[in-house]
Amino acid sequence: MFSKDRWEEILEVLSSNVFRTLATSFGVGWGVFILIILLAAGKGMENGIRADFGDIATNTMFMWSQNTTIPYKGLPKGRTFSFKLEDVQAIRDNVPNLRFISPRNQLGGFGGGNNVIRGLKTGAFNVYGDYPQIIRQEPMTITSGRFINQNDIEDKRKVAVIGEGVKNELYDKEEDILGTYLKVQGVNFMVVGTYKKKSNDGDGEEGQKELFVPFTAFSQAFNKGNDVGWMAITAEDGNSISNLKEKIVNVVKEKRKIHPDDKRAVGYFDLYEQFNRVESLFGALRWVAYFVGVLVLLSGIIGVSNIMLIVIKERTKEIGIRRALGEAPWSIKKQILMEAIFLTIISGMVGIIFGASFIYGVNVVLDSVGPVDMFVNPSVSLGIVISAFVILIFSGLLAGFIPAQSAIKMRPIEALRTE
Amino acid sequence: MIEIKNLHKSYKMGSNSLHVLKGINFSVEEGELVAIMGSSGSGKSTLLNILGMLDELDEGSYTLDGVPIKNLNETKAANYRNKFLGFVFQSFNLINYKNAMENVALPLYYQKVGRKERQEKALKYLDQVGLKEWATHLPSELSGGQKQRVAIARAMAAEPKVLLADEPTGALDSKTSYEVMDLIQKINDQGNTILIVTHEPDIANMCKRIVHLKDGIIIEDKKIEQIRAAQYVQ
Repeated sequence: MFSKDRWEEILEVLSSNVFRTLATSFGVGWGVFILIILLAAGKGMENGIRADFGDIATNTMFMWSQNTTIPYKGLPKGRTFSFKLEDVQAIRDNVPNLRFISPRNQLGGFGGGNNVIRGLKTGAFNVYGDYPQIIRQEPMTITSGRFINQNDIEDKRKVAVIGEGVKNELYDKEEDILGTYLKVQGVNFMVVGTYKKKSNDGDGEEGQKELFVPFTAFSQAFNKGNDVGWMAITAEDGNSISNLKEKIVNVVKEKRKIHPDDKRAVGYFDLYEQFNRVESLFGALRWVAYFVGVLVLLSGIIGVSNIMLIVIKERTKEIGIRRALGEAPWSIKKQILMEAIFLTIISGMVGIIFGASFIYGVNVVLDSVGPVDMFVNPSVSLGIVISAFVILIFSGLLAGFIPAQSAIKMRPIEALRTE
Repeated sequence: MIEIKNLHKSYKMGSNSLHVLKGINFSVEEGELVAIMGSSGSGKSTLLNILGMLDELDEGSYTLDGVPIKNLNETKAANYRNKFLGFVFQSFNLINYKNAMENVALPLYYQKVGRKERQEKALKYLDQVGLKEWATHLPSELSGGQKQRVAIARAMAAEPKVLLADEPTGALDSKTSYEVMDLIQKINDQGNTILIVTHEPDIANMCKRIVHLKDGIIIEDKKIEQIRAAQYVQ
């Protein structure tokens, strides 16, 4: 297969009519080029949408309390209730494979009034009572100082980590922030750190206008007792939160004396399900890209096959001579198959190179004009290149098969007689 | 060397069948130089094609150097052709994008002879036909006589048991024809068995035996006094 003579032979044949060879390979190269571009464009969209999710732990659900809608155990419908700290423990005890359960209480919120005062400046911000692990579920970058830690929780320290947005509104530029105090609804908290969240467009601004304080200190300062307003629950990798959420909700219903059929008492949002929906869209996009790309490639392959047939026709006499001199039929077949494969692979490689250069160019342009909505870093992975390569080898075989068959179908005596 | 018994061959032409060879009995000893003569349609080319395993016989038997030639598949036929037979054609049939040496080396390639040895052998045979200096020339750069000499070198390169020549001088003028015949006689002098199909009496007379075919049967088979071609060549 790798004998030098055979390769010489292939090169001789292909270089004997350069223009025809080029024209033929263009079809295949074009097909691969389109395939690569389509896949890269799909990848670019995928990257863009993924970037919108940021680093948020996607295997996460959020859960909050609403009003009951069914009377239960002597309690009326329309009752408001609140999760309790013991519910967190109950979930932990009853539902396996959970990585984080972060209870949270909250002040302020969308459209809320001014609730934070520093000297003469005031602002309306979200104030969260949180546990340290929330930073793993809702990633943010600490730009100075530190985030809240376990000691803060245990000692109920009145400390706060504030967003860059809060800092800009309440502080002058180049003012020392760490160690200063903010008054949140009449209670003083010491600022120990600042953070910045990766801005995902839309609520990017809002995300910087938050204060994080220890959950325990928050409960004490604002008289929340054992109440929990909201929970962020992340499942361990390999376990989908979507499968666990029903169990979690049931545990809470049981603890809070809510009718098992009451679907509206506990509100939740399953991020993983949303994420999966988008994931399956990516999958569909990839299939469309492959489908269209392979079809375009197919027309190139038919071109190669066609030209090979003509070449065989032209070389009928030569093939007759070779067979008279004792070349075995399979050897001729192999020769023609290899010519077809060689032609497809080389032209496919050229297509891959052009495709990759094109993508590189697009990336350069994207970098220079700044971020574009929903489209980030279009690229093809090595895996795609390898699968394109496999498709090419297969196509080459396909393209060469019929011509090779027709080349040996003719008996040598007839082949020799053709002029 | 060659043993043919009761050979029949017919071709189907639409609904008719054309009986070309009607019972040929024929044998050739080692070292013979045989001319097969006959007018066109006499079946001489068909006979040569069957001898050359390019065509199959319908009836009868064919033994080549003690090996019965029957029921060959294409791969086996190709192998036998390569081992036993050398072909020389009227139209030379050189591969036009290969130079003289590569053409001569081709049968050796099918014998899986190594590259270097192949080239050495090819040069040796080109030297024998007096074309060593033309080794790197393409067929299009050679004259008709030279092409046929390259073709003879190619046929000899595989060291076949029998050399089959189909009108080897048919496309050549008489001077070059004699040169080619001189070469064939010299090869025959070395003990090689050669069969030549021709319709030219002067060429036939340069062989050692003439077999006359007419309408698919042998009408005459005689040994003759060979006329040396060398006397016509300067």
